[in-house]
Amino acid sequence: MDNLKVSTEELSYEYPFSKKKALNNISLSIFSGESVGIIGRNGSGKSTLCFALTGLVPSFFGGKRTGRVLIDGVDVLQMSKEKLVRKVGLVLQNPFSQISGAKTTVFEEVAFGLENLGIERDEMVERIEKVLKRFNLWEKRTQNPFELSGGQLQRLAIASTIALEPEILILDEPTSQLDPQGTTEVFEVLSELKKSGMTIIIVEHKFEKLVEYVDKLIFLHDGSLVGYGKPEEIFSMREIDIYNVGEPVYTTLCKNIDVKNTHGNYPVHFNESVELLKGVFQKDDR
Amino acid sequence: MIDNLSPGTINTIEVRNLWFAYKIEEYVLKNVSISIDSRSTAIVGQNGAGKTTFVKLLKALLKPTKGDILIFGQNTKETTTAKLAKIVGLVFQNPADQIFKSKVIDEVMFGPLNVFKDKHKAYESSIQALELVGLSGKQEEHPYDLTLSERKLLCLASVLAMEPKVIILDEPTIAQDRYSTKVIAQIIKQLVNAGKFVITITHDMDFVLENFSRTVVFTDGKIIADGETEKVLSDEKTLRTAHLELPWLIRLSQNIGVSYSKIKELRKH
Repeated sequence: MDNLKVSTEELSYEYPFSKKKALNNISLSIFSGESVGIIGRNGSGKSTLCFALTGLVPSFFGGKRTGRVLIDGVDVLQMSKEKLVRKVGLVLQNPFSQISGAKTTVFEEVAFGLENLGIERDEMVERIEKVLKRFNLWEKRTQNPFELSGGQLQRLAIASTIALEPEILILDEPTSQLDPQGTTEVFEVLSELKKSGMTIIIVEHKFEKLVEYVDKLIFLHDGSLVGYGKPEEIFSMREIDIYNVGEPVYTTLCKNIDVKNTHGNYPVHFNESVELLKGVFQKDDR
Repeated sequence: MIDNLSPGTINTIEVRNLWFAYKIEEYVLKNVSISIDSRSTAIVGQNGAGKTTFVKLLKALLKPTKGDILIFGQNTKETTTAKLAKIVGLVFQNPADQIFKSKVIDEVMFGPLNVFKDKHKAYESSIQALELVGLSGKQEEHPYDLTLSERKLLCLASVLAMEPKVIILDEPTIAQDRYSTKVIAQIIKQLVNAGKFVITITHDMDFVLENFSRTVVFTDGKIIADGETEKVLSDEKTLRTAHLELPWLIRLSQNIGVSYSKIKELRKH
């Protein structure tokens, strides 16, 4: 297909000094404009896959990679760093790992990446103002990034990456330190970016929010791809229970009493779950 | 100076008119008063509401700018953090802020060795703590060879090994998968059943709903709600003020039009 954006072909990877495969023979395709979630237990390979898609595995971490990771048909290891940075943005799990440490204000921190890309000054200022306002950080623009709370720092890390306007955005648990409304705001921004055509790949344990937003889910266990498909198909897989991955809390309720939708899957969306469970309670009242 | 900090006959933590500022006149806690008892207590609130500052004050890592904190009758202004370590344990949000030894067992034993001054007792309590959090068998490993989820449990074990009466957890479910969150919930239940005071900061509303008796809501350095968890977490207006949202299970009960207790029954199936 001509709109294939990201793909992996028989991708395997071992970290240095490790005999275990952190990724094991993963082949998948992500199309332009899709938003895809990655789920799995801690240690299943979610972050490593994010690193592999950006070339950090093995360029930064070392170790042994076999197979290929293609972006627009070109292997990430064959692509120049400048081109790769323009194409792919990565938001790390821990914002402390992402902040440059070289800049003393929030404004300069966002500017740092843009300066490195050689963006014109006027456009740079415009982009910084836009993202800082969008993430409620505009009033903090003169503060040192390390004076921010954990949640504010996480929003800054996301804002700095989005300001680069990459074609593909990869986020590794971007809302882990955010309060519920902060989490909702991040998903709202991601929805806007999705509408603008950006391809988005996101690792997230907050399944209730994730399923409302993604087209597909990648399900990893022990470095292997267990499933790749629509959220309701993935959360209806037996392996979800076998590997103790969990699911949206209302999906668990429906599983407990074996309530499925017309497609034979357990519901994963809130409104659908409400409707199906309403039927159960009405039946009980009769 | 108070030398003996064993819990006395007063079995509550009393916070009276507490004010705290990192910078002069910029208060992050504003006249907070609360009495904390043995009910499992969740502290919720938006980022920057003052929750972590509050628990650092309970642990005496910080001292009140104004007001008092009495831990079982002992004023934190009149004691040291080291002495209070026997009574109040705090598990930090980020394991990297806590871990510094190169072997799991050494990491867990560091606190008890200082508290008990007895190597055998320190080892015994460390082994028990590792068992409770499910890390038995990992004692010889390097903490940084553990997954992030395991490192968080290691930090919890390090605190539990000192056998404090009060255990404070700052965001224990961050970066945990659903299974590990269940494990933490079970540990909390065991600690509460053993008579410990468990105080937890979290943003996970459903985790609070299912695991804590009492919920305290902070916003902008003040307590705006405090009470029985189901009642507090059903008050959408208050939650919105604190940048929080209704737990999914409460939303579900409200949208279906049944009581939360009926939803809870389905959870038990």
